[in-house]
Amino acid sequence: MNATTEALDITDGTERLIFERSVPGRRTYRLPPCDVPERPLGVLLPEERLRTDALRLPEVSEPDVVRHFTRLSQLNFSVDTHCYPLGSCTMKYNPKLNDRIASWSRFAVVHPMQPASSVQGLLRLFWELEQLLCQITGMAAFTLQPAAGAQGELTGLKIIRAYHRLKRQTRSIILIPDSAHGTNPASAAISGFRVATLASGSDGLIDLAQLKAKLSHDVAALMLTNPNTLGLFEKDILTMTRLCHEHGVLVYLDGANMNALLGIAKPADFGIDLLQLNLHKTFSTPHGGGGPGAGPVGVTNALVEFLPAPRLRKVRTRFEWHDDVKHSIGRVHGFYGNVGVLVRAYVYIRTLGREGLERAGRAAIINANYLKACLAKTFPVPFDRYCMHEFVASLKSLKACGVTAWDVAKRLLDYGFYAPTVYFPLLVEEAFMIEPTETESKETLDALADALIHIAQEARTNPELVKHAPQRLEVNRLDEVKAAREPDLRWTPAKQLVGT
Amino acid sequence: MNIPPELRYTKTHEWAKTTNGDVVVGITAHAQEELRDVVYVELPAVGKIVKQGEPTAVVESVKAAFDIYAPVSGAITRTNTALSTSPQLVNKDCYGEGWFFAIKPSQSQELSTLLTADAYVQLIQ
Amino acid sequence: MDYVPNTDEQLQQMLETVGVGSFEDLLVNIPTEIRHPSFELPGGLSEAEVLSLCESVASPNRSLREVTAFLGFGAYHHLIPTVVDALSSRGEWLTPYTPYQAEASQGTLQMIYEFQTLICELMQMDLANASLYDGASSLAEAAVLALRTSGRARLLVSEAVHPHYRQVVATYLSGFPCVIQEIPHTSGVTDLEALAASLKDDVAAVLMQQPNVFGCLEPMEQTSALAHRVGSLFVANVYPISLGLLQAPGAYGADIAVAEGRCLGSPLAYGGPGLGLFATTNELLRKMPGRLVGCTLDESGRRGFTLTLQTREQHIRREKATSNICTNEGWLALRAAIFLSLLGSQGLKELALLNIQKAHDLFERLRQVPFVQSMFDQPFFNEFVLRFADGRSVEEVNRKLLKAGIVGGLSLRPWYPQLADGSLWCVTEAISAQQMDRLLEALGRV
Repeated sequence: MNATTEALDITDGTERLIFERSVPGRRTYRLPPCDVPERPLGVLLPEERLRTDALRLPEVSEPDVVRHFTRLSQLNFSVDTHCYPLGSCTMKYNPKLNDRIASWSRFAVVHPMQPASSVQGLLRLFWELEQLLCQITGMAAFTLQPAAGAQGELTGLKIIRAYHRLKRQTRSIILIPDSAHGTNPASAAISGFRVATLASGSDGLIDLAQLKAKLSHDVAALMLTNPNTLGLFEKDILTMTRLCHEHGVLVYLDGANMNALLGIAKPADFGIDLLQLNLHKTFSTPHGGGGPGAGPVGVTNALVEFLPAPRLRKVRTRFEWHDDVKHSIGRVHGFYGNVGVLVRAYVYIRTLGREGLERAGRAAIINANYLKACLAKTFPVPFDRYCMHEFVASLKSLKACGVTAWDVAKRLLDYGFYAPTVYFPLLVEEAFMIEPTETESKETLDALADALIHIAQEARTNPELVKHAPQRLEVNRLDEVKAAREPDLRWTPAKQLVGT
Repeated sequence: MNIPPELRYTKTHEWAKTTNGDVVVGITAHAQEELRDVVYVELPAVGKIVKQGEPTAVVESVKAAFDIYAPVSGAITRTNTALSTSPQLVNKDCYGEGWFFAIKPSQSQELSTLLTADAYVQLIQ
Repeated sequence: MDYVPNTDEQLQQMLETVGVGSFEDLLVNIPTEIRHPSFELPGGLSEAEVLSLCESVASPNRSLREVTAFLGFGAYHHLIPTVVDALSSRGEWLTPYTPYQAEASQGTLQMIYEFQTLICELMQMDLANASLYDGASSLAEAAVLALRTSGRARLLVSEAVHPHYRQVVATYLSGFPCVIQEIPHTSGVTDLEALAASLKDDVAAVLMQQPNVFGCLEPMEQTSALAHRVGSLFVANVYPISLGLLQAPGAYGADIAVAEGRCLGSPLAYGGPGLGLFATTNELLRKMPGRLVGCTLDESGRRGFTLTLQTREQHIRREKATSNICTNEGWLALRAAIFLSLLGSQGLKELALLNIQKAHDLFERLRQVPFVQSMFDQPFFNEFVLRFADGRSVEEVNRKLLKAGIVGGLSLRPWYPQLADGSLWCVTEAISAQQMDRLLEALGRV
C-alpha cells in the first residue's frame, strides 16, 4: 500500500471497511449533556457487572460515515436505479409517498404500550388494512403480526396444526409440489410436520392423479402457490380444493404471486382455507436489501378462532386490543407486527384504489407475456400457454457453447439489468425466472429483451466473455467456494487489507 | 468416467469397499462431478448405528447439499476427519483420500444387494 | 393513482405482439366462474388526497414528541441521529433485494459484513448473522437450535424474560416434542435455587434476559456456569444500549446472545419492524439460522463479499434447513451499522451512562414522593418497578398522569398477577430533566 492510496477511500479497487477508516479518538457526534446530578458509577452498579473489554467500535467522524455509506450505496443495483426482473419477488416501484407517511411522528414515534386512547389512528389503520386485504382476497379475517412471508407460512402451519388437534386428529403430513419455494417445506418441517412432495406434471402443474393418490387422513394440508412458481395458473384449482376438503385436508395458498391476481380473482374463490400475503412484494413496500417485510395471514371464518392474539375489536367508535381468541396459536411477533411496513401497504392500497389495483394486475400480466413473446425465439418457455405475471425460460440451448444460466445472469449485470432468478424452480433446465412487474415501461422491456438476445449471440461467438462476466462492475465474479470453505464472517483488527 | 471395477455401488451414487472388518464409503466420480466444488462434509458420529439406505452424512457445495446414504446397515467405526479441513479431497480423490466413513456391517447379505461396477455404469448412462 | 408507466395504447400494442386481441384472452386458464369478481374497494386517490386522508388517520395519535412516556418493556425510545435517516433513505439502500447477485450488491454485502462485525464486538461473541425478524423470534430460533443440536428435550426459561418473548418461544415450539419449564422470580431476579434444582442433564438450554423484564440485573455469570455444568447451552437476551456499560454476553460465557436491535437507530413505530440480533460461538456456526455474509476474493484477487454457507438455508436445504427464514431486516441492520459507527465506543458508553444516570436520578426523586416505593432492591440499568402505597392503584395514578400529558409506568398486572400493584418505569436519554420535573409535579397533585 503506497502513500497516495492510503489517503483514498479505496485501495486496489476495494472499498475500505468502516473499521479501516478508524482513527483513535476520532468522533464528531455529540450526545446531549447530562442534565441531572451525576452519581458515581460504583454506587449505581456493582463492579463485576461492568464491561471491561475494549468494545472496538469504529472511531470515525460524521463526514466519514456519510462518505462511507453513500459510496457503499452506489455499489448496489436497486429498483430505484435498475430494472430488477427477479422472478417471484415482485420488484415493483416503491412509492416515496409510502415512506414519507410512514415516517410521520404520529406513526413512527409511538410506543407499543401507549394507552389505546393515544393510538386510535394506528388502530384504525390496522382495522381498515385488514378489511382492505379481506376485500382484495375474499378471506374473512387477517392477522397482521407475521414479520415476513416465511413467518406467515409458519403462522399458517401452526393454525393448521391447531385446527386438526381440536378435532382430535393427528395428521402429520403436508403435501407440497416440487416447484414450491424453499420456505414452504422449511416452514412445514419447523412446524413439526413431515413433507410429502408432489411431482409436477409435464405441463408444469400439479398432477391431479398424484394428488388423489397422496390424499389421506394423515395429510393435514396441501400447500400450493397459484399462479405457481412457473407463473402458470393452476387451472384445476377448484377440483383440487374440493378433493382436499373431501378428505378433511386444508388448503394453504402461498400468496407470493398475488400480483397476478389483483383485480382479477379472489384466492378465497379458489376454495382455499388460508394464505399469506407478502406486503413487500405485491403491496410495494421496499425490500430494504433483505427486509423488513410483512406476511399477513388471511383465513376463512372457520379458522378465525386460531389466529394469533391480540386482535382488534371495535367498541362503538373506539378500537381496542383484546385476547379473546378462543383457540389462538399465540404470538408470533414481539408486539403487533411490522407496523412501519403495514402503514406503507395501507397508503399504497388507498393510493391505487380499486381501479389502480386492477390496472396493476393487468399491466403485470401483459408485461410478462410481452417479454416472453419477445424472447420466444431465443429463450423459449417450455410450457405452451400464456403465463401470468412471470415466466420461466430455459437457457439450455446455450449449454452447447458451455454457457450456463448463471453465466447469462452475470453478463446481464454488465448490460445494466439485475438478473432474474436462476435455477428455480428446478423443474426447468437452466431456469431463468423473469417477473418484470407492472412498473417497468415497454422501452425497458424492449431493452431487456435486446440485452438477452445479444448475450445469447455472445455465448455463441465469444463464450469466454459471458463465462467471466460481470466485467463492468466494481468486482468480477466472486469466489463462493473460497467463501464457504474458509468462512470469514467478521473483521478483526489483526486482518489487513488484501493486496497490502 | 472412472468407475473402479472392484468396488460396489448404490443407486444414490455412493461406493462401498470391503476391507478387513469394515466397509468404507465415499461418493463416485459421477457424483462429485455433478456437485462441483465440495465446501463442507457433515460426518456421522463414530458408534452411530445406521440402516441401509438411511441418510448418514451430508455433502455440501456452494449451491446444494446432498444426503449420503449408508449402503449397508451397521455401526460407524471411523470417519475421515481430514475432510473437515480439506473438503476438496472429495473432488481430488473421491475413491481414495476423499472417503467419508466406514461401517462395520451387521447384515452380511446386504453387500450382495449393491450394484456391480457394470450395473452402476449402466445406471449413469 | 397507479404507478404503471405504459399507456393504454402501449398495453394494446403489447397484446398484439403477444398475438391476442384482448387482455381476457390471456386469462383463458382461469375458470370463468371465479374471474372478475366484484371488489368493494374505495377508489384510487391523487397524492394530495392520500396525504390528507393519512393526516386524518394520524390525527388521533399522540407521538412521544407530544406526550412524555416513561415506558420501556422491551421497546426503548432512543434518539436517532439525523444521518441515520438521511443515509438510509437513499433508494440504493431502500430498494434493492436480498443480495443474491453478489457482484451487483457489494454495498449491501459489505454493510452486512460490517454489521456482523459490529454485533460481534457489541456482544463479545465469535459470530453474528445478518439479523432475524425481531428479538422475540431470535430467542425462539435460539431455543429451536438448542433443542435440535443437543437432542435434549427440556428448556428452562426465566419468568423474568419478557412475557411476549416467552409467548413467541411457546408458539414456535408448539409441535416440537419438548418441555418448556418456567423458572420463577424472587425479589426481582430469577430464583437461582429453583433454577439449580431444575438443571438436570436433559436440559438443552437456559434462557435468561439481561436486564430482565423488571429492569433488574441478573447473575448471568453464575447462571451460565450452572448451565454449562450439566452440558446445557446458555442463551442471553440482552439490551444493546446497555452493553455500552454492562458486561457483554460473551464475557459470561453465553453460547447464544440475542437482542432486539431496533434501539440502535430505528424508530419505535409502535413496536415494528424490529431487528433480531443473533450472535453465537464458533462451535455453533453451522447450526446458526439466518443469512451470513462472508469475505472472499474475486477473479482479479480483489476483496469482495458474498452470501455464504447458504446450504443451511431454506432455498437449498428446504425441509432440512436450520430455519425457514428468508428475509432478514436488512434496512434496520443498515441503520444499526450507521448508528454504531457514528457513536463509536466512546459514544455508546456515554449513551449508556446518560441512561443509567437519568433513570437513577428519577428513581431517587420518585422514592421521595410519600406514596411511592421501590418494589425491588436490585441493581438496574434504565428501568425499575415501583409500587404505590396508601391504596392508590397503578390505573388510578396513570389516569391522572395521562390528563397531564404523561404516560406513567406500565402496569405489571396483566402478566404478573402477584405484582399487581407494580408498575414498570423507564428513563432514556430522550427524557429531559424538565419532563421529569413535570412528572414530579403531576404526582404531587395525585
